[in-house]
Amino acid sequence: MKERLIKGGLSIIALTSLGSLFLIAFFIFKEGIPIILRVGPDKFFFSTNWRPFEKEFGILSMIVGSLSVTCGTLILSVPLGVGCAIFLAFFAPTLMRQLLKPVLELLFAIPSVVYGFMGVVILIPLIQTYFGGPGYSILACSIVLTIMILPVIVSLSLDAIQAVPRSYLEGALALGATKWQAIWRVILPAARSGINAGVILAMAGTIGETMAVIMVAGNSVKMPHSILDAVRPLTANIALEMGYATGEHQEALFATGVVLFIVIMILNVIARFVAKSGVSK
Amino acid sequence: MRAEPTKIQRLLIFFLWSVAFFTIGILIFIIGYILIKGLSYVDLKFLLTLPEKMGKEGGVWPFIFSTLYITSVCLVISVPLGVGTAIYLSEYTREGWFNSVIRFGCDCLAGIPSIILGLFGFIFFVIYLKMGWSVLAGGLTVSLMILPFVIRSSEEAIRAVPCALREASLSLGASRWQTVMRIVLPNALPGILTGIILGIGKCVGETASLILTAGSSLRLPVSIFDSGRTLAIHFYILAREGISMEKAYATAAVLIISILVINIAAYKLMHHFVKRYKRESIFWIRLQ
Repeated sequence: MKERLIKGGLSIIALTSLGSLFLIAFFIFKEGIPIILRVGPDKFFFSTNWRPFEKEFGILSMIVGSLSVTCGTLILSVPLGVGCAIFLAFFAPTLMRQLLKPVLELLFAIPSVVYGFMGVVILIPLIQTYFGGPGYSILACSIVLTIMILPVIVSLSLDAIQAVPRSYLEGALALGATKWQAIWRVILPAARSGINAGVILAMAGTIGETMAVIMVAGNSVKMPHSILDAVRPLTANIALEMGYATGEHQEALFATGVVLFIVIMILNVIARFVAKSGVSK
Repeated sequence: MRAEPTKIQRLLIFFLWSVAFFTIGILIFIIGYILIKGLSYVDLKFLLTLPEKMGKEGGVWPFIFSTLYITSVCLVISVPLGVGTAIYLSEYTREGWFNSVIRFGCDCLAGIPSIILGLFGFIFFVIYLKMGWSVLAGGLTVSLMILPFVIRSSEEAIRAVPCALREASLSLGASRWQTVMRIVLPNALPGILTGIILGIGKCVGETASLILTAGSSLRLPVSIFDSGRTLAIHFYILAREGISMEKAYATAAVLIISILVINIAAYKLMHHFVKRYKRESIFWIRLQ
């Protein structure tokens, strides 16, 4: 009897995370969806005019901002991250491996505000000197986010690479391939689904990152034309204006949240499917 | 003409080494830079006095206190829920649809960015439940962020406990619950604690969601319904509004040191655990 009570109690506890997920979705949607319908989805998604005080809520330039920053980050971080994972799995001497893992751990643990701050004091002046312009830009964002997201990509790709049976490598080596050929032609294709899933998760993380981005993005609501232009990603928009927004303006920020929420959930689900598709093979 | 495979390999290995050194270099640079710039302004007075002129002068005591306060509230909520869920998933059920639904919910919750959690916390805890900007609302919001992580690391730690121990306990006539409380949990404790300590680290560094739910009052929060500004938020405001670079560096140094201490503590505990069960480091679970 007591056992069944305990089991019942535990199952309720286990449902809290699922319950809070629904609660979060419900409240964000409840606040955000009405304003999208009132403004009209076409105007909301495809207008670049964001003038909250004149009741104009168009988030196109921010969507473009988020996308461009994410693309820039992936271009930089995927080769570095997967490279680091290959290094850890095949080439690093034990000492280096023992050093690199805690280093990545700590990189992951450093608060994102600190990354943003370092971006402002180190990276922005560098970009100003070498590329000109104000420095607050897509490029700055991408570099800061690359460093932040690197540990995630490394750890997930390393998992995928280590899941490939050792015999694959040995087989390729026995056929006369160099170690690199074996990795490039045999190991990486075999680990592809795991690495893809990791990259998609990292992408979701990049889109959702706020504090680091807000400090180096420049935050102007304009269509960016080059990677040296300032942007305002969706997350930054919420964090910047939530402090003083009221009424419809606040609802519009929740609507921005709805967009983010949906995109990130879709990416998470895709990542799960991609990871699963690899397992079944 | 084709390039020689061995040459390509040598070139690429060189590239991989430089990536590794680059990564290590960045970490050392960030920590070193903040500590060198900030540490000289940090003394006991800075840590234990109240701020003056919006933080331009004085110390950071209220912010350290708020950080600890919010973290404790968060742990009180997330640890029982997280460990309970982990026990349920690993000890009380077989893998089935119910488990995978819960895991799926857990993964999705882990994927929600903190700014969205902040929006939710603001509309639900602060407005709807009328908590106002408060330590309680902040703690509840952050606990949602920590929860999936506590579940994951506890589950992993519990699974690492050898089945033979459970079987021995059950064969002596202990009930399932007795086995869990007396055998499984004590053995999994270092692993679970490692997860919790790393969760604390996440709490300490959290900014986006707390700024929307805990507010940014400069005063020392006394009641759980008072607003409180954490160290990370204080650092953000100092740096962003350019109030005082000196104080910003000093606050950053305090933040970095606490993150270092937290991670080293977790590392030591994990080492203990890994040695006992010859497990892959718990550390790497957290990143997933």
